[in-house]
Amino acid sequence: MLKLVQIALRNLFRYKRRTFLTMSLITIGVAFVLVFVSVTASFKGMMIGEITDSMLGHVQIHRRGYVASLDNLPLNLNLAPPAIRNVEEALGAIPEVEAYSPRLKFGGVFSNFVESTNIRLNAVDPAKEWATVPLLPSRIIEGDGAIEPGEILVPELLAKGMKVKVGDIAVVVATNEDGSVNGYQFTIGGVLRSVTGPGGRDGYIHIEDGRKILRLQEPAVSEVAIRLHRIGKLDGVVARLEGALGPQRNAQGQPVFEVHGWTKLTPFSNIVRMIDVMTFFIQLMLIAVVLISIMNVMLMAVYERTREIGTMAAIGTRPGRIVSLFLVEGLGLGVLGAASGAALGSLAIAVLNILRVRFSFGRQEGLVLNSGVDPSDILTIGLIVVAVTILASLRPARRASRLDPIKALRQV
Amino acid sequence: MDLVVAERITKDYVNGKVSIRALDDVSFRVGSGAFVSFVGPSGSGKTTLLNLIGCLDRPTSGRLRVAGTDVAGLDRLKGAIFRGRHLGFIFQDFNLIPVLTVAENVEYPLIMVRGVEAGRRRDKVARLVEAVGMAAERDKFPDQLSGGQKQRVAIARALVTEPDLVLADEPTANLDSHTAGLIIHLMKSMKDTLGTTFIFSTHDMRIVDEADVVHTLRDGALVESSAPGAGVGGESHA
Ligand SMILES: Nc1ncnc2c1ncn2[C@@H]1O[C@H](COP(=O)(O)OP(=O)(O)O)[C@@H](O)[C@H]1O
Ligand SMILES: [Mg+2]
Repeated sequence: MLKLVQIALRNLFRYKRRTFLTMSLITIGVAFVLVFVSVTASFKGMMIGEITDSMLGHVQIHRRGYVASLDNLPLNLNLAPPAIRNVEEALGAIPEVEAYSPRLKFGGVFSNFVESTNIRLNAVDPAKEWATVPLLPSRIIEGDGAIEPGEILVPELLAKGMKVKVGDIAVVVATNEDGSVNGYQFTIGGVLRSVTGPGGRDGYIHIEDGRKILRLQEPAVSEVAIRLHRIGKLDGVVARLEGALGPQRNAQGQPVFEVHGWTKLTPFSNIVRMIDVMTFFIQLMLIAVVLISIMNVMLMAVYERTREIGTMAAIGTRPGRIVSLFLVEGLGLGVLGAASGAALGSLAIAVLNILRVRFSFGRQEGLVLNSGVDPSDILTIGLIVVAVTILASLRPARRASRLDPIKALRQV
Repeated sequence: MDLVVAERITKDYVNGKVSIRALDDVSFRVGSGAFVSFVGPSGSGKTTLLNLIGCLDRPTSGRLRVAGTDVAGLDRLKGAIFRGRHLGFIFQDFNLIPVLTVAENVEYPLIMVRGVEAGRRRDKVARLVEAVGMAAERDKFPDQLSGGQKQRVAIARALVTEPDLVLADEPTANLDSHTAGLIIHLMKSMKDTLGTTFIFSTHDMRIVDEADVVHTLRDGALVESSAPGAGVGGESHA
């Protein structure tokens, strides 16, 4: 085996130029794919993080039908105390859940005593909300970053349009489920940077104030946002929650709850999917490059070394041995190319990180791309290259092993 | 015991509709330990015959036994195994493996064909490289050697597996006559020390005299068999 590797490596070294060219091709291909995968993964991660950690959470639970009429923020589709208890019970049983935040959502009219405008509000328990969407505090561009009862966080655009700032007094008027109108006076506690996506331009108040405005006798919840320890567990957790809550029926025999992962709640999941598709095609291209270049160079090698192969066969080298000789040679090309490609790619990513490449996403600007090289990406790409290399060398290797020694030896 | 028994072998090359009879009803025997030469002008069938004995090709008809095996019936893999086990080859154009040094070329069949373990390999290689007078060049690559030196290495490579029979098709055709003589003498002395049977072909009448037995081919037929060196090996023919 050692000798096989030695012979193969020496043969690769013998045709320096050709080996160098082929290897460079693979190196560049692997480096490119690695950079692409890492950059898009970090972009993807950042985008997902930005969306889920700013307002959405990873999973949301609603009363059945709520998401379909989300635009109206219907009050008649809130969850009542028994249903809330069921949800909390189900969440308590799932260790992957890191935090959750019950939200009471409603629409109202915001007035600065001069003019008024529509506003969508989330009434939340601040501690729970912060734990569930940890980027929310970072969106507070003015104010002390807390929601005390009596305070309202207003979205940036509304603050600008209504010319209000922290400390100002404003009134929110809302209609409750029974149709009675109620007003409530707030102090502007902060201004929120807007984010792309549903709920990105909502205001926030304390959940107690929400109940007061809507004159609720007992607690009500429009949605429960949930944060997981690891977003990778999303599908499993959604399935478990559906298993626990799905079978529950109301008095009419209808399902009570609906459970959605974040991908179902925002159109940005399509971008994520597109990135995945692009990654797949880029990898396909790498496969094609490796396949064609290795097969080409190995067929050339077999052709050029026909006499040598004839000699080996004549003196008793078994066909299988000849196959392995050329397989190892092709593999050497692939492995060396993949290794140097991984090194080059990691270097390029390190340089990108040093350069602190910035990009904009939605309304946010100046996000710094900080991509790490995932070892599993290197492993995946490496395995793909190795597998493709073997595939590409197989034909030339078999051709070599099937040469007729007499004819091969006659060749000049 | 006869190492090679050829009974009425013919070999036809068929190219499309044209059939060429390269060997015509050839019978002979080669005894163990013989130093046998096939001579004849170019095109007389020497290479064809050696290819058949070397199990690289099959006769069209007739019986051919080498080292007790009917070699006409071997497939590709069995043929390779048989050659690796019983035969050694010396070629007209030396055919050393260019990426291997002298010592590694000699070692090649032990590793790649026989699978001999490292310790025993080293001894055998050292002994044979020494025996063919190439010890000083053992780490050189083939392109640093003269033709005669290459053929010495090839002789060592053919013998390192201790084969029953070494086949050499015109081993001196690419060498000057002085070197050719040295190579034939080397082959003969290796035969004397190791007892290996040699069959070589040549059309050079000056080195023929070294053979114990000389078979003369003409147009594919065996026309004469003689024993200029007063046969040491037990040679006979039908
Ligand atoms: N592969 C082949 N196809 C057709 N004819 C061949 C082939 N090989 C050899 N011959 C013919 O067979 C005859 C014997 O050739 P060969 O054995 O090479 O003779 P020698 O080695 O004595 O020169 C020649 O007429 C040659 O042209
Ligand atoms: Mg010939």
